[in-house]
Amino acid sequence: MPETRDALLIGRNTEGKRVRRPLSPHLQVYRPQITSVLSIVHRATGIALSAGTLLLVWWLVAAATGPDAYAGVQGFIGSPIGWLLMFCWTVALWYHFFAGIRHLIWDAGYGYEKREYHASGKAVVIAAAACAVFTLFIGFAIAYG
Amino acid sequence: MAQSPKASPQPEAHITVMRSELGRVRGLGSAKSGVHHWWAERVTSIALVPLTIWFVFSAIHLLGAPHEAVLAWFYSPVTTVLMLCLVIATFHHMHLGLQVVIEDYVHTESTRFISLLLLRGITALLALLAIVSILKLGL
Repeated sequence: MPETRDALLIGRNTEGKRVRRPLSPHLQVYRPQITSVLSIVHRATGIALSAGTLLLVWWLVAAATGPDAYAGVQGFIGSPIGWLLMFCWTVALWYHFFAGIRHLIWDAGYGYEKREYHASGKAVVIAAAACAVFTLFIGFAIAYG
Repeated sequence: MAQSPKASPQPEAHITVMRSELGRVRGLGSAKSGVHHWWAERVTSIALVPLTIWFVFSAIHLLGAPHEAVLAWFYSPVTTVLMLCLVIATFHHMHLGLQVVIEDYVHTESTRFISLLLLRGITALLALLAIVSILKLGL
């Protein structure tokens, strides 16, 4: 509905003159900042994890189907591509997990000071990296221990 | 009775954009289900915090384990219920998130409509596959 969108973009400036409301500049106009980069990564990891549900469903269906089907999905997870995907999804999962909690804290009304959202952004990255390393370490230990 | 023309050409607090009530309801804004969408995304995300931790550190023990070990893990009401919670919350959350991504980037009305239908269909199929598999493993 382009005409509705156009109509909604008409507003008045402080002098009462009718103007087109300004649009946000596109991503490439901004210099990357920790706030915008983390926000973009949150969405990107959400999309990546959505793709990851395909492997989760394959794993569940194979487990419910029988030993041969299960061996198939296990072979895929144990392959180099499988490990690479598991590595990426582990990192994506913990990032989205902690960045999501950061969003929930914002939703509760806290952490809007510049100092606070810079600190929470760094905390998200550190916590996600630590949890990803920890999870991958346990994973390797179980798979090859 | 003829009215004399007013001096001021346009009253200040008058909306000059002409939109019917129906047009406003079908258009953008609070007439849609934005609050429910926003709220459901938060509720599912809160549910996914403990469920994700539980799943990662439970399922990780099954890496490389034989099929029997997987059957044994699933054959518990606690696992079945928590896995069902995880899958339902995950696919609900995923649907809400990807819907916003489509709405943000797909501007052609027809393509957007088809994309949203496809998303709904694929999400429902994947969720049902997962749910039936969990029930088959757990019951």
